[in-house]
Amino acid sequence: MAKLNREEVERIAELAKLTLSDAEKDMFQEQLSNILEYAEMLQQVDTTGIPPTTSALPLNNVMRADALALSLPNDEALSNAPDAEDGSFKVRAVLD
Amino acid sequence: MELYSLTIHEAQAKLRQGEISSVELTESVLERIDAVEAKVGAYISLQPELALRMAEMADERRAAGEDRPLLGIPLGIKDTIITHGVPTTAASKILDGFIPPFDATAIDRLRQAGAVFVGKTNCDEFAMGSSTEYSAFHPTRNPRNLNCVPGGSSGGSAAAVGAGEALGSLGSDTGGSVRLPASFCGVVGLKPTYGRVSRYGLIAFGSSLDQIGPITKDVEDAAILLNAIAGHDARDATSLNAPVPNYAEEIKQGDDLKGIKVGIPQEYFTEGMEPGVAQTVRAAIDHLAGLGAEPVEVSLPNTGYGIPAYYIVATAEASANLSRYDGVRFGLRQDGGDMWNTFRQTREAGFGPEVKRRIMLGTYALSAGYYDAYYLQAQKVRTLLRQDFERAFEQVDVMVSPVAPMVAFEINAKVDDPLQMYLTDVLTVSLNLAGVCGISVPCGFSEGMPVGLQIIGPALGESAILRTAYQYEQTTAWHKQPAVL
Repeated sequence: MAKLNREEVERIAELAKLTLSDAEKDMFQEQLSNILEYAEMLQQVDTTGIPPTTSALPLNNVMRADALALSLPNDEALSNAPDAEDGSFKVRAVLD
Repeated sequence: MELYSLTIHEAQAKLRQGEISSVELTESVLERIDAVEAKVGAYISLQPELALRMAEMADERRAAGEDRPLLGIPLGIKDTIITHGVPTTAASKILDGFIPPFDATAIDRLRQAGAVFVGKTNCDEFAMGSSTEYSAFHPTRNPRNLNCVPGGSSGGSAAAVGAGEALGSLGSDTGGSVRLPASFCGVVGLKPTYGRVSRYGLIAFGSSLDQIGPITKDVEDAAILLNAIAGHDARDATSLNAPVPNYAEEIKQGDDLKGIKVGIPQEYFTEGMEPGVAQTVRAAIDHLAGLGAEPVEVSLPNTGYGIPAYYIVATAEASANLSRYDGVRFGLRQDGGDMWNTFRQTREAGFGPEVKRRIMLGTYALSAGYYDAYYLQAQKVRTLLRQDFERAFEQVDVMVSPVAPMVAFEINAKVDDPLQMYLTDVLTVSLNLAGVCGISVPCGFSEGMPVGLQIIGPALGESAILRTAYQYEQTTAWHKQPAVL
């Protein structure tokens, strides 16, 4: 039995804001199920008392001086915008 | 000898003596590209006119008395690295047409050093893949055998160097993406310690794993390129504030490996390994012993959990990093009538199948009800993998293994079987999870294709792995057998 059912594939796709085609849903249901079955082996590892690693670095709370510095000029920041108006990124209405 | 076939340090000597100009060197590389690029497909975009202008500027700087190791040297840059004014796509349709308004720090440093940029090299989309077949534009072919993949994800960077289409290149390595293609193409590739090279301007895949690294024809060139890009950067909070040794000088200290303990992690010689790969690497270990190194059997007992831990952590980070591609500020926008459908349709149209697969996997691993079982557990296993390395490096100076259990495979062999593709990375991912450094150096051939020796060092152990690699290379001739195209 596949690890993921169709509804779970659709739920994940919606969380990730992907509209998958039916063919993609079929493919991902099978492939992701295989990968997750393989990843099940992680459950065999005894990690009692082992802290998680979020970064391999021995760094914490890296600070910099609170000083003014140059930033991208407005027109350059907008130079790749699909749509822009009055110095701003233009998008579809967020609230109706 | 054609100029394009020179190493960086050979070209540097000729430039310094006035035997050649950077324009001549760059023209030779551009002519080589004209001759072989149709077969290899190493580049996504080429900037020949810009390259010649940069070469002219380098010649002017030299005429004015400047003399730096990369002054006037033509390089290829992986298309996951941001270049001001030059299209940067990460091999994805979602960034088609994106022209960055700034430089990555590594690029900024190469510009200051006077390097010449020939073009942006092909890779798997957003660096997600092990064969460069997941590029949204075209696959790259291995210059050693055009029916085979160059490895990935920095396959274009490795193929360009292997084919003489650049004197050196930059790649990026999240789970093996510099070392694997270097191994498959018979060139040198170095993944620095996490934090050694700034990630500012490297298009993010797995932010706790990503590092930019050099791909070159020999070890000295890798040291030269690393020297140019390494060092602290205030714009990357995960950048290490540690001094940068002169690697290019340090590699030449001593003329043997006496006193160096070389660990052989038994778990890195797996059952499924191609026999020719195991034999070739065993012979390389004997060669290191002949140079005075002391081989020591060591154990990295959690190695078998590297692939699942990596693919959970990396895809979880990727699913967050790639949420920025929503069609608002840059890249593709596919209008869907309202805001949410615009996001959905932009992402559906812009991302390729492997990127979607990884976003799906990472989103699942982070989602309510599965977070503890997958993501948190993978991060705990990551701690165990780090501890494996820490314990091993209490006993030895460096460790050696193959880069991959196989040589370059044929195009299309794994492209429809994602799990088989992921297993290609079984000997490389743990270094990224642990944050340590590694280099791939050519050590022979199996079934006619190159085998890479992986030399692994502790955090900030770049001098040790480069020196070991240099001693190995200088007493062998594998790096002097370029691809014939």
